[in-house]
Amino acid sequence: MYKYIIRRILVFIPMLFALTVIVFGLAMAAPGDAISGNELADPNVDPEVYEQQREALGLNDPVPVQYWDWISSAAQGDFGNSLVYNGRSVAELIEERFANTLYLGLFSLGITILVGIPIGIYSARHPYSLFDYGATGFGFLGLAIPNFFFGLIAIYLLSIHLGWFPAQGTLSGPGQSGFNELSDRIHHMILPGITLGLAGTATYMRYMRSEVLDVLGSDYIRTARAKGMSDTNVLYKHTLRNALIPIITLMGFEIGVLLSGAVITEQVFQYPGIGTLFLNSVTNRDFPVVMAIALILGTLILIGNLIADILYSIIDPRIRYD
Amino acid sequence: MTQKPLLEVEGLKTYFYLDDDMVAKAVDGVDFTVSPGETVAIVGESGSGKSITSLSIMQLIQKPGKIIEGTISLENDNLLKKSGKQMTKIRGNDIGMIFQEPMTALNPVYTIGNQITETLKKHKKLSKKEAHQRAIELLKVVGFPRAEKIIDEYPHQLSGGMRQRAMIAMAISCDPKLLIADEPSTALDVTIQAQILDLLAEMKERLDMAILLITHDLGVVAEYADRVLVMYGGQIVEKASVEQLFENTKHPYTTGLLESLPDIDKEMDRLGAIKGTVPPAHSFPKGCRFSDRCPHVMDHCYESNPELRQVESDHHVRCFLYE
Repeated sequence: MYKYIIRRILVFIPMLFALTVIVFGLAMAAPGDAISGNELADPNVDPEVYEQQREALGLNDPVPVQYWDWISSAAQGDFGNSLVYNGRSVAELIEERFANTLYLGLFSLGITILVGIPIGIYSARHPYSLFDYGATGFGFLGLAIPNFFFGLIAIYLLSIHLGWFPAQGTLSGPGQSGFNELSDRIHHMILPGITLGLAGTATYMRYMRSEVLDVLGSDYIRTARAKGMSDTNVLYKHTLRNALIPIITLMGFEIGVLLSGAVITEQVFQYPGIGTLFLNSVTNRDFPVVMAIALILGTLILIGNLIADILYSIIDPRIRYD
Repeated sequence: MTQKPLLEVEGLKTYFYLDDDMVAKAVDGVDFTVSPGETVAIVGESGSGKSITSLSIMQLIQKPGKIIEGTISLENDNLLKKSGKQMTKIRGNDIGMIFQEPMTALNPVYTIGNQITETLKKHKKLSKKEAHQRAIELLKVVGFPRAEKIIDEYPHQLSGGMRQRAMIAMAISCDPKLLIADEPSTALDVTIQAQILDLLAEMKERLDMAILLITHDLGVVAEYADRVLVMYGGQIVEKASVEQLFENTKHPYTTGLLESLPDIDKEMDRLGAIKGTVPPAHSFPKGCRFSDRCPHVMDHCYESNPELRQVESDHHVRCFLYE
């Protein structure tokens, strides 16, 4: 098992390397660079000045040289400075926003699991009931509505019209602490969290329903009933563990889904997280920031999949890694 | 045998309410008894209602199926009057059951020991340690020499025959009075089949329990059963002691079943076969349910379904030929 994990982690290295090459290539293939935005913004400045800046930042070097410069310092943990945010260090920029995205992601994952899975189980125990049809309808709606559109509707109804939730940001104001700060943060996270978790909730619900139904009809459940096990025991002991096996696969992908979903959701809610930073950096051709975020997201997705594979072997004794 | 019966099934009807308002009469008025320590076999083709009969006794019929009529009494106690919760105290405790598919009948994510001990903990209120000890004993009884190891193994680590042994250990763990064995050997290799059936017979002697053996194999019936019920179309068509049934076969369906068995003493090119198939349970013929396939069919067989009549002291048959 430990050998397996170490082997998997070693495989991360070439994968992440390939990821940096591809993302770097794409970033460089995009027209313009970080300086061209400034050129458009202020046409009165002598173009010569911009050219000097480009030379100084190494933007005129051939692409392989630029890549080498980037990767040789990145390998030492130095992700350089942003080309846009007044030259602040990339690490600092990411650090101040990463936590926001992490909280949002966990919050929305929590909603997804705590809402999607129980509804799915209940639906499976009462199939073709009114509740089941309702849940199915909600499921299709949740999968069909695009993230950003749902976010806009939520802001319009719940925030502008009813004023229940704030429409943007992470805090109402500075200078809060302790419990007040926590509850204010959660209050700000509810709308983006639901928006981000909507599709996931619907997916988990549908999967859970079909898995539980499937397992409930299986021979070993009949055996458990024939042994006199109660309905509760049959459901929680014999059914759930088996039904969760395919759900684990979904959870492995979930980190990637949440983080890429965060890019759009954070934009809609002007939520200062990694997603907003990523989108701005791409638009501004701020490639050091783009590269660093791509690397972080790539690593997280790989770790997510590894965790899913480990969970598999814990939950299902038929799966063993040697 | 004038003993009071252990299990008494009277007028049992289990119907399935299918879509399009069709009703499948899977079990349609079945009466029989099982005495203590006796082995009663239910024989019939696929779709004759024998498995549904056994699941009805356990009240494990799933929607859209429903027991609509009849009584099922275990030691004069009508099981059909019991609540769902009361039934969980009977299943696995007074009545054990083993199934056809040992490959899928055990939960893949729990160890054999876990699955045996949960029954003991529930019905016999044993502590974890006692249950563990008892499970090892049970595994030894059903023929696992390395029971201490098997108890921690998962079903996928065992072969089909071993899983069926584990199933038997589980089913007899609480000393049931009645064991229902639904085609216990059908899915196994021929060599293993005999071992499993012998094991069941041995357990029966040892624990003094009755066995309700569901099978389609008349060879198994001849070897292991005391009495036989032949089912066709959800009804019993012949009911007799095993000697009577084989030596004095009455019903044309039973005759057909027997002719389809190979006989080592006779020289024959082809085995006999009953033409046609079992009619679906939602559209039985109007008269005798076997009429369409019967070689001795008469005009009035198409008109009405004969009653199950006693023709000898321990022999009942449902056929106009014997009226």
